[in-house]
Amino acid sequence: MTLDSQMTLGNASVNGVTNGAANTTNDDEPIVRIENLTKAFGNTYAVDDISLTIHKGEFFSLLGASGCGKSTLLRMIAGFEMPTSGKIFIDGKEISKVPAYKRPVNMMFQSYALFPHMSVEENIGFGLKQEGMPQSLRQERIDEMMALVQINKFSKRKPHQLSGGQRQRVALARALAKHPKILLLDEPLGALDKKLREKTQFELMNIQDRLGITFIVVTHDQEEAMTMSSRIALMREGRVEQIDAPRRMYEFPVTRYAADFIGLANLFEGHVVSQHNDDVVIYSDITGGQIRVHYSQPLLPGMAVCVALRPEKLLLYTEHKDEANRIQGVIKEIAYLGDVSIYHVELASGYTVKFTQSNILALAEQPLTWGQTVSLGWHSHSCGVLTQ
Amino acid sequence: MMVEKFSQLFKAKNAIVAIPWLWLAIFFLLPFVFVLKISISEALLAQPPYDTILREVDEGLITLKINFGNYLLLFEDSLYFEALLGSLEIATLSTLLCLLIGYPMAYGIASAPKAWRLTLLMLIVLPFWTSFLIRVYAWIGLLKANGLINAALMAIGLIDEPLDILYTNTAVYIGVVYNYLPFLILPLYATLVRLDRTLLEAAADLGCPPWRQFLSITLPQSMPGILAGCMLVFIPVMGEFVIPDLLGGPDTLMLGKLMWMEFFNNKDWPLASALAVVLLVLLVVPFIVMRHYEVKATEELS
Repeated sequence: MTLDSQMTLGNASVNGVTNGAANTTNDDEPIVRIENLTKAFGNTYAVDDISLTIHKGEFFSLLGASGCGKSTLLRMIAGFEMPTSGKIFIDGKEISKVPAYKRPVNMMFQSYALFPHMSVEENIGFGLKQEGMPQSLRQERIDEMMALVQINKFSKRKPHQLSGGQRQRVALARALAKHPKILLLDEPLGALDKKLREKTQFELMNIQDRLGITFIVVTHDQEEAMTMSSRIALMREGRVEQIDAPRRMYEFPVTRYAADFIGLANLFEGHVVSQHNDDVVIYSDITGGQIRVHYSQPLLPGMAVCVALRPEKLLLYTEHKDEANRIQGVIKEIAYLGDVSIYHVELASGYTVKFTQSNILALAEQPLTWGQTVSLGWHSHSCGVLTQ
Repeated sequence: MMVEKFSQLFKAKNAIVAIPWLWLAIFFLLPFVFVLKISISEALLAQPPYDTILREVDEGLITLKINFGNYLLLFEDSLYFEALLGSLEIATLSTLLCLLIGYPMAYGIASAPKAWRLTLLMLIVLPFWTSFLIRVYAWIGLLKANGLINAALMAIGLIDEPLDILYTNTAVYIGVVYNYLPFLILPLYATLVRLDRTLLEAAADLGCPPWRQFLSITLPQSMPGILAGCMLVFIPVMGEFVIPDLLGGPDTLMLGKLMWMEFFNNKDWPLASALAVVLLVLLVVPFIVMRHYEVKATEELS
């Protein structure tokens, strides 16, 4: 009961944020502010001069390939690594030098790090015990947490008597028990199988929504980040490549790396021919012709740029004759994925373009086959220009 | 063919399993049966100094003579009970001392950088390359009235006259702790080095300061190592003879010393054997109980 009443408070503010996650109007102090944060191990920079802010109630993902520094960044927020330079503020207070056990954040570990000699209840109550919360209140909170993640049945069990999925829930409950301002999650779904992972993704979002706690998640799985996050920070070699809402991240990547890392992308290198208003003409050797792109930032003629085009934005020219851009090639490979098929089309330049088609009909009337020559077109609004 | 091969494999496996059992039977069980036999026979002034328990009186008539008098004597004479208490006291206290000294050492080695650990462990084991007896003798040289320790303390003016350490229980404690410390450190190190450090991070994350992390995570997690190490110290010290004999004084009353006296000074083999049997029983029972607990604990940790 207490949980619910507390949660309604959080709910209101969360909804305000999540509804307008992409264009938040948060001008109050961010819950996390990171300024020029750097962590060096010897000569290598795991985190290299990162500055970012995270707002209250956000579901913020740190996304990147292994070794990009995302875990180090998370560990610095938790207090397990001390920054080489730079500052971390939580709720306006600098905590860069505060030891881990005094920080108002809790972490869910990738390995879960459940205490093997303690029961589920004792694990969940551990943090509360450290606070000196009286036994009766503590039990109440433990019960709330177990109900929240649906593990009441296993309260007396030891971690080794639980399945992987159950352990994950205990770890989550333990990290949430103290009602931290921020919950840090290190690859929270990494150890689960695919089906369970997808189910748990939505549960995590649900719990985050109900509790109104700011979540910072480290993941290497772009699909996971896209599904859950209100914003994603894409990291590469210790630096932030791009911070954006999932939709903007996908539709408007700002660098070649970002375009390539998230989803599939066809990248056509070329140079600017002209720009009239928002209409840009780019010449690319890859497509062997001019590409018309809608782009509002000013570009200089002759500038080397890259056109990024998502595979699903390509349409069969036979059906869509009014598209601004057109290419032709031969189908070399087809990957049937069930819902869609990915076609590899080789252009005259030798470049392979990927395009996808939904498999709407079980048996298409005119299925595309290997060796077939196809004409593909796309709209000038469907692709982006990358300058980095 | 397959069946034959399988049965061969099965036999080979049995043979391998049988080797340690055979070893135990020949070198532990059989001698124990001899000791048990001697303990229930009567002492004689002969060679060997005890009576046989089975004797052919007439043709085909065999008498069995069992003498429990040795055991009765152990319980009647308070000397043996006092020796047991003395052994218990020394074994318990020195095990505790070993734990107090050994735990920080094992912890230190386990937390040291990986490249250092082997060297540090080598330093712990290094004294073992010298004979046990020589190491005990060396302590005589260190502890005696005009020995190194007293001379040093007097030279720096800390004491005016030499301390009486040698031939006291203090010397026994020093000798026991020095000699048995590695037996505690090694199993404890093995447990501590396997301790998952993220558990400590998790505890810190939940608001647990370092000293309490030790009490609520490290200590319970290292319990199997503590138990194993303590047993490796406690059990041999209970029967220890060399150290109390060389370093201890007339007040040092221990079972091992008493056993030696019965065997060699009094030539009362049956009584000494009875003493050995009682000590074995006293040690095996708690050992089995502890072992049971340890197996359970290890299962939980894995």
